Amino acid sequence: MKNFVGREIPDELLVNGKEVFQGINYRDGQYFKKASPKVRIYEKPVESKVVGSIREAILKCNMRDGMTVSFHHHFRDGDYVVNMVMKEIVDLGLKDITIAASSLGSAHDPVAEFIKMGIVTGIQTSGIRGKVGEAVSKGYLKTPAIIRSHGGRVRAIEEGDVHIDVAFIGAPTSDEYGNARGKGGKNDCGVLSYSMVDAKYADKVVIITDTLVPFPNFPPSIEAIDVDYVVVVDEIGDASKIASKATRFTNDPRDLFMAEICAKVIAATPYFKDGFSFQTGAGGPSLAVSRFLEPLMQKWGIKMRWAIGGITAPIVELMEKGSVDMIIDAQDFDMRAVESVNTNPNHYEISTSQYANPANKGAFVNKLDFVVLAALEVDTDFNVNVITGSDGILRGAPGGHPDAAAGAKCCIVVTPLIRGRIASICERVVTVTTPGQCIDVVVTDHGIAVNPLRKDIMAWLDDAGMPHVSINELKEKAYSIVRKPEKLQWEDKVVAIIEARDGTILDVVRQIKPYSFE
Amino acid sequence: MIKRSKPQKFRLRRTMLFISAQKPGQIKDPYIYGADSIIMDLEDAVAENQKDAARFLLYHALTTIDYGNTEVIVRINGLNSPHWKEDVRVSIAGGADGIRIPKCESAKDVQIVEEAIEKAEEEFKVPKGRTLIMAALETPKAILNAYEICTASPRMFGIAISGGDLRRCMQVTQTPEGIELFVARGQTVLAARAAGVQCFDTVYTDMDDMEGFKNEVIMVKKMGFDGKSLIHPKQIKIVHDIYKPTQKEIHDAERIVRAYREKSEKGEGVFTVDNKMIDVAFLPSAERIIALAKACGIYEGDL
Repeated sequence: MKNFVGREIPDELLVNGKEVFQGINYRDGQYFKKASPKVRIYEKPVESKVVGSIREAILKCNMRDGMTVSFHHHFRDGDYVVNMVMKEIVDLGLKDITIAASSLGSAHDPVAEFIKMGIVTGIQTSGIRGKVGEAVSKGYLKTPAIIRSHGGRVRAIEEGDVHIDVAFIGAPTSDEYGNARGKGGKNDCGVLSYSMVDAKYADKVVIITDTLVPFPNFPPSIEAIDVDYVVVVDEIGDASKIASKATRFTNDPRDLFMAEICAKVIAATPYFKDGFSFQTGAGGPSLAVSRFLEPLMQKWGIKMRWAIGGITAPIVELMEKGSVDMIIDAQDFDMRAVESVNTNPNHYEISTSQYANPANKGAFVNKLDFVVLAALEVDTDFNVNVITGSDGILRGAPGGHPDAAAGAKCCIVVTPLIRGRIASICERVVTVTTPGQCIDVVVTDHGIAVNPLRKDIMAWLDDAGMPHVSINELKEKAYSIVRKPEKLQWEDKVVAIIEARDGTILDVVRQIKPYSFE
Repeated sequence: MIKRSKPQKFRLRRTMLFISAQKPGQIKDPYIYGADSIIMDLEDAVAENQKDAARFLLYHALTTIDYGNTEVIVRINGLNSPHWKEDVRVSIAGGADGIRIPKCESAKDVQIVEEAIEKAEEEFKVPKGRTLIMAALETPKAILNAYEICTASPRMFGIAISGGDLRRCMQVTQTPEGIELFVARGQTVLAARAAGVQCFDTVYTDMDDMEGFKNEVIMVKKMGFDGKSLIHPKQIKIVHDIYKPTQKEIHDAERIVRAYREKSEKGEGVFTVDNKMIDVAFLPSAERIIALAKACGIYEGDL
């Protein structure tokens, strides 16, 4: 069945109430009963929940074949937790395991082996990269992987689309009772936003830490009342890869050039007024935008009331200079951000639900003024692809992209017109991860395009003397330089399902056909 | 083959951005940054054993990419290198707007290159005289010979100072206030004005010191330079902002031009505007400011 963005969704996926994507806000006004975990009563006092090893925790949790385990990705490329836990699960001979992580990355290449061995038969995640992405693209995973945005994951857990049997939560610090924090310890990651929903909805919760601290470890990101066991290991991650020293502004002239244009687009809208809010990314141009906003803010005498998203040093510095009132933190990317959330009373940790859940009574993204996002591809319907490369292999993550795009008053996607010999602006993206109706402006190094749905933004840009062209013109320019690419070849098998925020199906990814010269 | 419009000897050259002819990423679309002129470098930016590869890349870039209204100049290798003749051939074959001669020291240097350009124009059926020339002055001798260099050929559109090499020869170090290059800069402007061509100041290599860069641009503009050579796109906007006539300057210029036209019709050759004496000598400067404002795209009047 064709969905709202024109993607064909196989009928065999539309079972058990699963629908095709019907446009944003489709489920507004619907009701649902929240799912709930089956939890053990620990009425008899226990002094300590610490067990000797991950293996022991797995056994005590009565793990069985076919269970779903969950992880967060606050340790990013420096994560050891997923691999440590999966190794024990595999060594214990468990099979048919589904991994429901908030995201998976290059640190999790060993999982690809478990997929090929048929031990891991389900993956639910935002990010799917490296060897895991390749393995899934080649068809090794028994069931289609389910790709969700950060907000969509929370909704899926709350609605019961996914039931977590055991949540393994890596924590920089924990006390013996399970009060866990993202702050302190040897591998400080600042916040534990992604795992908060896991702690509330999983049947069993295991904290894995490398720094045991005296009880009570307050205020906790993960509360002891939700925790079954605590495991102390030597290292939960590689500190140097968890948080870089300090994210620096790019010096790449092209990124700076595009970032400055983004700042000008932002300033041309009436949303750019005292008390505005802004979501920052960590990638080159989207981060550099804040640097170009600063002089404009000074010129107009306005301040940013709140900045949200993945936090980095430049945003922290803006707050310390007094240009930003408060930082709403869903993830920390570098040590400055970690330090700031530890010490600055205006820097707040929130849950991923508060950040981006479409099914609660109002997440932060709904109040967001501006977001600047990157994209691998944007097509002439303004649909964005951030998950599959031009070769069709899974190598990216929707992250908070679809959530912020749906909520923001002005969503800007910034991308160079071409990357190497690949057109970023194309006729039809390989995979839709964010629907075009959410994307308001596309900024490239060769011009700006505004979504026809936003005649108001076109008028504001005209008033500001900023030229813009149709997205088709940008696509034609790209193709005139690199030529229109040949269509990718696919097998029939669906290897990944891209869910929209509300759980409907936005697109599917099929198994790639190895390229042949003929 | 991309058809480029005829190179103009006199045009806006506030910014001349150096890019390496060896780097496809840099060469494919430098026009997006808005510099008035691009200098594709075959000389110092290209490794010795990559000179031929750079030429191939340059030729294909020139013939397949539309640089629009951005001027495209090629910096060939020095006359004491084995490369410069082929550099000239490739540049003319590709349709470059002009050649920049490095380490130019005399009128003879210009004439040697001009000869090679003429031959290449004939070889590749380019209209004779189309390709312009500029010279980089990098030694004390070059500075002293600046006037003869400027007047060595009708193709000459300007001279530029190359600070790094010049400071080495002068045995001086860079200072913020530029005293070490004061005389060299002054001589350059004098020579250019006497010959009726343009002059360009040297590159500023500290890309982190934007404040220092800005101060230098203000200084060289006051000294009379038409523009500056740049090594990074982020330097462009600063130069353009400084070279933009202020609204006050435009307004004053308009008043002078209008008053002059009105008075001269009545037969008056000298008069006052705002209590300042104005005669015909003031007219060219005022007209130049209005022309510059128009070229910068900020003139909204009707003169």
